[in-house]
Amino acid sequence: MQESVNSLLPVWACLCSLIAVPLIVIFRKEILLREMITFGAAFAKFGFVLAMVPILLDGKVITCSLIEGVSGLNVPILFRVDGLGMVFALVASSLWIVTSLYGVGYMRGLKEHSQTRFFAFFALSLCATLGVAFAGNLLTLYLFYEMLSLATWPLVTHHQDKEARTGGRTYLSYLLGTSIAFAIPALIFTFIKSGGDLSFAGPAILASTDMTAWSSVILLMAFAFGFSKAGMMPFHSWLPGAMVAPTPVSALLHAVAVVKVGVFCVIRVVTQVFDMTTLRQSLGALNVNEVLCWFASFTIIASSLIALTQDNLKRRLAFSTIGQLSYIILGAALLHDVAAQGAALHIAAHAVGKITLFMCAGAIFVATGKKYLSQMVGIGRRMPITMGAFFIGSMSVIGLPPTFGFVSKWHIFLGALSTGQFVFVIVLIASSILNIAYLLPPVWKAFFPSGPTEFDDEGIKEAPWTCVAPLVITSTLCIVLFFFPNELISLTKNLFASK
Amino acid sequence: MIDQIPAIIVLAPLFGAMIIGLFGIRDHRVCLPVVFISLLVSLGASVAAAQQVFNVGTINYFVGGWEKPLGIGIHLKIDALNSLVLVVIGVVVMLVSFFSIRRVGERDTEKTPYFYILYLLLCVGLFGITITSDAFNLFVLIEVSSLTSYALIAMGSNKRGTVAAFNYVIMGTVGASFYLLGVGYLYLKTGSLNMDGIHAILMLETNDANVGASKATTVAFIFILVGIWIKMAFFPLYGWLPNAYTYCPSTSSCILAPLMTKVSVYVMIRVMITVFGLDWVFVELGWSQLVVWLAVIAILAGSMLALAQREIKKMLCYLIVAEVGYMVGGAWLADPDHWGMTGALYHILADAMMTLCLFLFAGIVAKRLGAFEISDLQGLFKKMPITSIGLVIGALAMIGVPPTCGFFSKFYLIRGAIEGGHWEFVAALLISSLVNAVLFFRIFEIAYFGNKPAEGHDHSHDHSDDSIEEGKGSDSTVLGREASWSSLFPLLASAAIIILLGVFNGEVVALIRVTFENSNHLSGLFR
Amino acid sequence: MSEFIQTNVQPYFNFWIYVVLMMIGLWALIAKNNLIKKLIGMSIFQTAIILFYVSLGVKDGSTIPILDHHGPEHHETADAGHDDVHEKEHGKKAEPHHADDHVGPNPDTIANPLPHVLMLTAIVVGVSTLGVALAIGQMIFKEFGTLEENEILEQIKAGNVDD
Repeated sequence: MQESVNSLLPVWACLCSLIAVPLIVIFRKEILLREMITFGAAFAKFGFVLAMVPILLDGKVITCSLIEGVSGLNVPILFRVDGLGMVFALVASSLWIVTSLYGVGYMRGLKEHSQTRFFAFFALSLCATLGVAFAGNLLTLYLFYEMLSLATWPLVTHHQDKEARTGGRTYLSYLLGTSIAFAIPALIFTFIKSGGDLSFAGPAILASTDMTAWSSVILLMAFAFGFSKAGMMPFHSWLPGAMVAPTPVSALLHAVAVVKVGVFCVIRVVTQVFDMTTLRQSLGALNVNEVLCWFASFTIIASSLIALTQDNLKRRLAFSTIGQLSYIILGAALLHDVAAQGAALHIAAHAVGKITLFMCAGAIFVATGKKYLSQMVGIGRRMPITMGAFFIGSMSVIGLPPTFGFVSKWHIFLGALSTGQFVFVIVLIASSILNIAYLLPPVWKAFFPSGPTEFDDEGIKEAPWTCVAPLVITSTLCIVLFFFPNELISLTKNLFASK
Repeated sequence: MIDQIPAIIVLAPLFGAMIIGLFGIRDHRVCLPVVFISLLVSLGASVAAAQQVFNVGTINYFVGGWEKPLGIGIHLKIDALNSLVLVVIGVVVMLVSFFSIRRVGERDTEKTPYFYILYLLLCVGLFGITITSDAFNLFVLIEVSSLTSYALIAMGSNKRGTVAAFNYVIMGTVGASFYLLGVGYLYLKTGSLNMDGIHAILMLETNDANVGASKATTVAFIFILVGIWIKMAFFPLYGWLPNAYTYCPSTSSCILAPLMTKVSVYVMIRVMITVFGLDWVFVELGWSQLVVWLAVIAILAGSMLALAQREIKKMLCYLIVAEVGYMVGGAWLADPDHWGMTGALYHILADAMMTLCLFLFAGIVAKRLGAFEISDLQGLFKKMPITSIGLVIGALAMIGVPPTCGFFSKFYLIRGAIEGGHWEFVAALLISSLVNAVLFFRIFEIAYFGNKPAEGHDHSHDHSDDSIEEGKGSDSTVLGREASWSSLFPLLASAAIIILLGVFNGEVVALIRVTFENSNHLSGLFR
Repeated sequence: MSEFIQTNVQPYFNFWIYVVLMMIGLWALIAKNNLIKKLIGMSIFQTAIILFYVSLGVKDGSTIPILDHHGPEHHETADAGHDDVHEKEHGKKAEPHHADDHVGPNPDTIANPLPHVLMLTAIVVGVSTLGVALAIGQMIFKEFGTLEENEILEQIKAGNVDD
């Protein structure tokens, strides 16, 4: 067992955006101050997260108990920061800074209404995200998971029009529905089976319990579908529905925070609830060795194919996200250390890449009001920086060097190879090709249109700097991380709780 | 004084009713102080009694000093099982009296004292049902509370309420008669009417190897059960409930909806544990499977019917039908550690508060906005932000979102169901939670989106929202639409209790489970 | 047939009577269209149970339960003066035999008073229920102008109800 350090840092990291919420509401009339509060909270959050990195690199974990035992359950509400959580927290908190900047530009650029509510709930969502990242047991994880579902609803339905209403309805019904139908019973079942110990520390929660093969498999699937933020088919359609949200929301929440919370939970469950060897045995006993892998693979291929047919840029990106999330699930479900490490790295890689793409989509929308790919032919002439960033982001999502996406996909690939599951190797290759097919042609057409376009004579006219700067930063990050991945790699070692 | 607590709980509202009858009819100003004082006395006495129960032990009180052997003395008993129910009744009636302050006064001052007399007599009935330890007195008190509730329902100006009250009279009487008949058979069998006495004699009989042979006992149990099921609106017997609670005056529905069904559930559990004993009910009779399936049907049917409703109160009424299914099912799970029974008892407390909260909400919006249908709630969050808090918390509790008490009651019920092997009940609970989520988020959506649902997109927003939000809109108009504090206080208080009950569920459940530790009615297998 | 009656009906005839009465009442409750007739059914239903209770307290050769310190000769007067109500209600009441001249309450000679006392209460409850029900019926008549259930339902369905 790893040495643990008691520290309040994770609490502060989680709380600082919660504290920001009332401040944002109080200073709703002082727009500048309100936005400074958002930035302050974002930087503070990132600072707190960064402060924990050295401790973790020493091979220790940080624990902090908030409530000793929830009344009646005797399960504490507790934070425990380990490598996996840290990677996620780093990604989420660093990208919040960028998105805040972007959000200010975007919301002002479009003169959106109810900006106070927007920033307040944004901060609240980030609090929940870090709560999930640092959750030290299954109950804490679940609580913050639900908090995130509810806190993001006003963001998704921000426009308050008919479309937002439908999107919001789909969003909540999928997220809450699956969590009530699958996650809660799975949680209670685990609680009873394990005798009330839901902690992620130490051996896997269900390591020393007698579970029939069937109940293990059903429990696994219940968790995987219950945390439907992971977007695995057939519970994926909330994500395209959520694209009615303003772009900063799509960028941070639906490429990073919310969806990654989903896969993060699945990784947590696979690595720390189940015992790897017994899970393998029970899966093998039923001849469903890779049941979760199959679902994930299906999702990867199917969503990539659907993405090809989407003309709305944000929807195309949403389906791409669904596919990429299932990469992460696949990585974890292969039950192999390297693949799981790849999964954890892909949380970061995909986050940085996809947020770039979304911010590009938003920047295009702010500058030109265009939403559809068919309208964007030749737009590279007008917005070269944006489309350049889009290109780099695409490379990272596809997994081409020299971007960080390559590193993570390489790990998953290696893991798949060494488990001998060649089917999944083929899935990975096929989907990468599909990724190229749906991401790169728009870039090509944007820079090299086949005929004259409406953008020809306009010269260079980018979105406001607050929109452009963030996407430059994140696209740079895609490349920088390719050359300096070591810290992240060392954080994600040894994910499985029991060997 | 302290020895007289059990009598005080029941008698305080009774005397209150008499005083109003004597003086209140002439001078209406007498009513409210009398109501508050008498209910406060009852609530205080309930709390004191609960304290004594958990610190010292069961309180037995023989009215007039006529001790048990004589058979017909009035025996009041407060133990772990009913002390919490008493407190909850006290809290609910107290909160509803705040709510009634304006409501009754505004509508028709002529009827005010009569309303309060009935109100206090209803409290007498409810406290009495809970506190009595005598099977026949239970019947009388059930009828006291039922009679007053018929009148309370019919008092409204709504025509349909009158018809509903009439149906309720008939159904209610049939239910009570069945109960009485069952008690008759028990008396025939045992010669006692005291619950403990009946149990002791039944136990003797069981030891005589006369086990289960007694058809009379079974018949008695069936009659009693059917009678109570009618009173609590258990699924196939729920017909009277929705119209009666929908079309009656707000204040009446606020007191009846949270308490009548819940108290009946308590009576069922009391009869199962104290009179017949869980051994007999679960082992000898062995109907657990059957009743849990009935409960499953009740839950599903209640939820589905709730989905089909457009009126707020009617929807809530069908939810009550589903919630009754929770409690009956939970009580019958027959899991070895009694987690199901614990969940049912906890849910009595939780559901009383949840239902109170939501019915208070319905009463407030009906008064303030004239909103009876769900679609009338457009823009509620902006119009009545404080009232909305009550709605949101009540709704989250109904859905079962932690840390509200709704989550924990479901947790205990599901735990009991899993340990008792009743997976169908788990499924029913989850489906019902889902339906509740759909129902309430439909309301949230309407309440949140305001009254411009189909307005253009992205750019075409007018900035009326902002003007309110940024404080340029006059605050007075916003607050002017908010309900008065006498209505808001009980709403917010019930919302707060919902959360407190959830946060301190462990402590509450520990108290509930005292029943299972000390009771000598749980022998053998269920010890 | 006669054997069936001898073994199953005769010894339990009080049960049979109450069941038959109860069913009559229940039938009226369900099948009758007029609200007042429903109430009559309800009363029959309640009365059936009251009779059942009363029959519980009866046994052959027993008399009314009154503590008597002056010997058996006073029984007659006590009976006539005091237990008038019971006499009417029961319909069937064991005639006061004086099998033995026992002084004081001998359990064998007196009818069980408890069910009868209970039924006094139950009768009161029943009367009040009927009173409330009739009052509500009156309100219905004022509001709808009819007591026939189908007509009331039609009015409700037609939306002829102003809240």
